[in-house]
Amino acid sequence: MNSGRILAIVIGTATVALIVVGTVWPVPSAAAMAGSGSNLLRASSSPQAAVETLANDIAQQAWGKAYSSLANKSEFTELEFVRDLTGTYPSLRTYATLDSFDSRPLHASVDEAQVQLKLRWSTVVGAFLDTRDLRVVRTGDRWAVAWPIVKEARVPPQVIPVNYLRWDVIYRGPEDDWGSQDVEAPHIRIVDMHPVDRSAGVVIMGELLNEDVVPAFVTVKATLLAKDGSAIATEDSFDKISHVLMPKQVTPFLIAFHDVALSEVDNVYMEPSATLIAASADPVIEIEDQRLSPPPGASLSGKLVNQSGQVVNVAHVLGTFYDKNGQVVWVADQYVDRSLLPQTPVAFAISLPADIAVKVSSERAIASTYSSGRFQ
Amino acid sequence: MRLISTIFLCGLVLAATPLALAQSGGLHLPRAVEAGRAFSIQSAGSGKAVLYIVGLGQVLRRDLQLGETTLFAPGEINNAGHYLAVLVGESSTESSAFDVTAAQPATLSFLAKPSRLPIDLHDGISGVVYVFDPLQNLVLASTPVSLQLGVAGAEQTRTAITHNGVAWVRMNSAAKEGSVQFVARVGEAISTRVIQQVPGDPCHLRMSARPLGERLVVETEPVRDCSGNSLPDGTVVTFTESYEGSASTVDVPLKHGIAQTDMPAYSGAKISVATGVFIGNEIRWGKER
Repeated sequence: MNSGRILAIVIGTATVALIVVGTVWPVPSAAAMAGSGSNLLRASSSPQAAVETLANDIAQQAWGKAYSSLANKSEFTELEFVRDLTGTYPSLRTYATLDSFDSRPLHASVDEAQVQLKLRWSTVVGAFLDTRDLRVVRTGDRWAVAWPIVKEARVPPQVIPVNYLRWDVIYRGPEDDWGSQDVEAPHIRIVDMHPVDRSAGVVIMGELLNEDVVPAFVTVKATLLAKDGSAIATEDSFDKISHVLMPKQVTPFLIAFHDVALSEVDNVYMEPSATLIAASADPVIEIEDQRLSPPPGASLSGKLVNQSGQVVNVAHVLGTFYDKNGQVVWVADQYVDRSLLPQTPVAFAISLPADIAVKVSSERAIASTYSSGRFQ
Repeated sequence: MRLISTIFLCGLVLAATPLALAQSGGLHLPRAVEAGRAFSIQSAGSGKAVLYIVGLGQVLRRDLQLGETTLFAPGEINNAGHYLAVLVGESSTESSAFDVTAAQPATLSFLAKPSRLPIDLHDGISGVVYVFDPLQNLVLASTPVSLQLGVAGAEQTRTAITHNGVAWVRMNSAAKEGSVQFVARVGEAISTRVIQQVPGDPCHLRMSARPLGERLVVETEPVRDCSGNSLPDGTVVTFTESYEGSASTVDVPLKHGIAQTDMPAYSGAKISVATGVFIGNEIRWGKER
């Protein structure tokens, strides 16, 4: 009874102490996220403080305040500054919120400093990182950031003829007799699949082919079976797959099972499924200059070029990595945070684990896209 | 109320069964009655009685004078099946059974699968036909069903005999792509389905390249299967260009039978083409061409 009372007192005291510490000495980025950063952060009396104040304003979407604090605002308008951060056309940036930020001084002199700012934006498909190396200059007794503006390319007004190709589907209706066949589901096939033991659990990866002549919405589900035949766990590939497959198109897939050891698994039951959908064969996306960088910081980088006439709002790049025997050794992906304008390259970089990167002999990238206002 | 009447009827049937064996001569029933048709039952003796006709999901009752003929109008018994006639008199009960059979075939339920398949597939198409009369009774009598697949002049025709109301066949898909009608026919009853026969796997994939400014236009010849059918538009063709450790790829759908795109024109680049798991030719561009 006494020990319980002592434990309650200790927990209560620790809670109060942590609240006091968090209030008096907040983490700058956390204070910014809480919306009270401007009062708690230091004034722009140092280069790093100026950068953190700017990041705080960006987090609160106080665009006017952020823009007015810049040292080089004569070089661009406030609208261009906002478009740099949120995108000109609707994209992942448009709906992102700043989750946190880090600043790191690179070097400093009396009147000028270089500070690296890492902005971690949160979106519905995960976070993306926006890293900017900022030049910070002294103006009087204060420091101000010279923002390295990235102006999104503009496409000149023009007409781009598109020979549209799309499939529409008429499904069986309630008035049809019971013998009437419905439209046949697309035929798909797993052309490669194998499980891999990773430290975080078991990963199943492979490739799926749409061998039909119609578009398919595909998913792959896997169930791990124990030696006694019981199911250990069931998972699907979620977004580590391109769900819309055109005829004869191949997508990689990766299914992760956390906290399961491969030694526990006796069998894997795969359930690929396909549904016939109305779809469009456009836009065509070229993936240029794909290059695999070795570790450390192994990544597959390249540029997406939209060869069609419509703006792509969200692009999802999937990278498939093969060993020298042609077997899939990893599948990784990245959502591109900027919209793809016609004929305008947008860079991407997909990171992959260092231990995997050394095994990779070749790679293949595919892109799936979403355009608002277009029926998929 | 329904339960009570059901129990009463079941009891009646059970009570009547032994008598039916002994006194079946009192009721004169037709051996078989066609569903929906009029028919009559002749009783023998004198006095008042009640006649029950008990079938699947249906019971008819008639008050009658023994020795008279009881008429049943068209449409009174529409369901085919095994029926029991029970005659309950003042002093005795007797029963007899008779069958109601389906009328002439009038409608077909036709299951044709799959609705889409590759060309040249042996026994790839199955057709199953259920034959019904106008009152939706399954026609159990053996009935010839004619099944025809294809266009005039190149059709396959089979005749299948129904067993217990069902007939089925397997047929081959044609060597030429296209949608064809699959028709099942019994007398005047016809049912039609559409089967889409699509090209098979690609068998011929060749591309060529030509310069266009600083780019390279790559274009396939018409992509065909092994029977010479053009693969349908929308089929994805992947062009891959490898040059000094970097690669560019484009997934292009076939339009008007060919795939075309442009890629960077690097001298010495290797360009390959594939669709699905089928790999086409390879080009070395520029100085090593």
